[in-house]
Amino acid sequence: MGSPLMQGNAAMLGAQGVWRYFGDFPALRDITFEIEPGACVALLGHNGAGKTTLLKLLARLAAPQKGSITAPPLTETGYLGHGLGLYEDLSALENLRFWGELHGAPAEASSQWLKRVELDHVATAPVRQFSRGMRQRVALGRAFQHFPKLLVLDEPFTGLDERSVKLLQEVLREALERGSTIVLSSHQIPEVMALATRTLKLDRGRLV
Amino acid sequence: MREKLLYGLGLAAMLYLVRNLYVIFLVLPDELAQGAIYRVFYFHLPGYFTAAICYLLAGIFSAMYLITRKWKWDSLAAAITEVGLPFAAMNLITGMIWGRIIWGIWWTWDPRLTSALISALIYAGYLMLRQAIPDPTERAKNSAVMAIFAFTSVIFTYKSNEWFRTQHPGPVLSIRTGGGTIDPQMEWMLAHNLLALLLLAGLLLAIRWRQEERQREIESLRREALSFS
Amino acid sequence: MSAAPSLLSAAWQIARKDLRQELRGKESLNAALSLTVVLLILFSFAFDPAAEDSKQWSGGLLWLVYSFAGALIVNRSFARELMNDCLEALRASPVPSSALFLGKAVACFLILMGVELTALPAFCVFYGVSLLGAPATFIATLALTTWAVTVLGTMFSALTVNLHMRELMLPVLVYPMLIPPLVAAIEITRGVITGEPVPEIWFRLLIGFDIIFTALAVALAEVVLTD
Repeated sequence: MGSPLMQGNAAMLGAQGVWRYFGDFPALRDITFEIEPGACVALLGHNGAGKTTLLKLLARLAAPQKGSITAPPLTETGYLGHGLGLYEDLSALENLRFWGELHGAPAEASSQWLKRVELDHVATAPVRQFSRGMRQRVALGRAFQHFPKLLVLDEPFTGLDERSVKLLQEVLREALERGSTIVLSSHQIPEVMALATRTLKLDRGRLV
Repeated sequence: MREKLLYGLGLAAMLYLVRNLYVIFLVLPDELAQGAIYRVFYFHLPGYFTAAICYLLAGIFSAMYLITRKWKWDSLAAAITEVGLPFAAMNLITGMIWGRIIWGIWWTWDPRLTSALISALIYAGYLMLRQAIPDPTERAKNSAVMAIFAFTSVIFTYKSNEWFRTQHPGPVLSIRTGGGTIDPQMEWMLAHNLLALLLLAGLLLAIRWRQEERQREIESLRREALSFS
Repeated sequence: MSAAPSLLSAAWQIARKDLRQELRGKESLNAALSLTVVLLILFSFAFDPAAEDSKQWSGGLLWLVYSFAGALIVNRSFARELMNDCLEALRASPVPSSALFLGKAVACFLILMGVELTALPAFCVFYGVSLLGAPATFIATLALTTWAVTVLGTMFSALTVNLHMRELMLPVLVYPMLIPPLVAAIEITRGVITGEPVPEIWFRLLIGFDIIFTALAVALAEVVLTD
């Protein structure tokens, strides 16, 4: 899409003088930063500070009105928003296969992921029969299964059960070991700080 | 400065309309075949043209919004659609009054009547869509897309109705076509009143446009205030 | 290492997913099918199917019924993506917006065609109508008009997806715009039923409408589906 894919040592991810508005109200004001490949960035700030808006720009769900975003193409991005992004009538495997195909992931990636999150025994059951924790583990696969270079996760720890928190921390660590860059927002500071190599803090649309 | 310009425009439109009304009712004679009622034409036809110009501009403004993403085009598109609808109503209502006197019926499924009504419905839908979307960016974007679809379908509607009704000619149509050429004095008056209505539309557009802009400012100030709480 | 699917194959993946969902849940399928049958019965009270001139208007009635069914089906098209924020996940995927739109329109088209063809025998029996005089003409008209309904309907399904009142808004916005293709379909169907010749202009209108609105919708899909 828009901005060029950066190569070599240049930052794969960054913002240059980014503004994003709701009507006339600037939700993001003059945001500039660069993130080195392989970093795990915790995005902090109060509700309404602009965290979700910034993450959406990084995942290319929206474009800034002013300034520019540097990010890898969508095939190499994994995004997990507030919603799970799962279809209730489809089975766990069908769901992951659908998202995998759209991202160009290999055919066996989905079943491997289900094995990884210990759900391979219910792979063919419709998601509507799953508990909340099980759904979240399937949903993580949506962002992780195609081994993206960039993971953008909006409040991934919110509402997770203990087992899922541990699992999420493990798969995040694995992704970092593979060399992925991770940006995530969170209220659960301790869970995030165990992984984060760096923090960005937003206050009323500005980086502080 | 802008205030004064608006007042001036308003005054000019008012004086012009009063002058036209005076000529229409007290100077011009009755029409030979139709008598006094023909005078609604001085509002019927110019009302139609004004509405059509508004529809066209709404499409252009909407396309401009999508190209430039500047708020002013969105406000202009919203304002001009709102201004156009009363003129479309003027056209429809005067047409119905005339039809009641001359044809003896309030409504007939004449191609132009039908498509004028459908177009008005489509643009009323545009305003309903605007009302229903709370987020200003989404509202501007989606209603601009709707306006482009609306204008395209208005063209289709006119064409298809023409074809449809020529398949089934109504008995009343011959009255219209047998009218003969129009008196130059009357034609001149039509032009005068079109100009007056366009002036009025321009004035209303300026007022509504300003309101739209203010409303957006207020909305964003409200958001700003909320962000501090 | 990973390649995004091409526009057409992405569109087909979306369409296949929508069809699969619809066949599992049968949300709009069952509702649309029962509505068509109920309406066919209801209309038989308003207009006497045994009347001599029934061949003149029964085609029009069929298209009214079909357009009601169409509204039910396109209403679900993007609304289906709301649960669990699937629409946001789709936007974050590499699928181009035009492919997403086309896939959804194709799914709606196939579902609506299925409903229409299933209800067709009921119509023929209830109203004593035979379409066998010009079956190819009728099927072509059915396909062209159904595409007109679904392409415009899917577009407005996307435009209204975030509204609380989308179920109410969509028909109000779409029906007035659908009058030209419906008029054409009604005229052609009347010809098929009565055996009278159909002016070519209606086919041209239908095809022109399909081409122009498909092009507009595909061109504007990107605008509608990205923030």
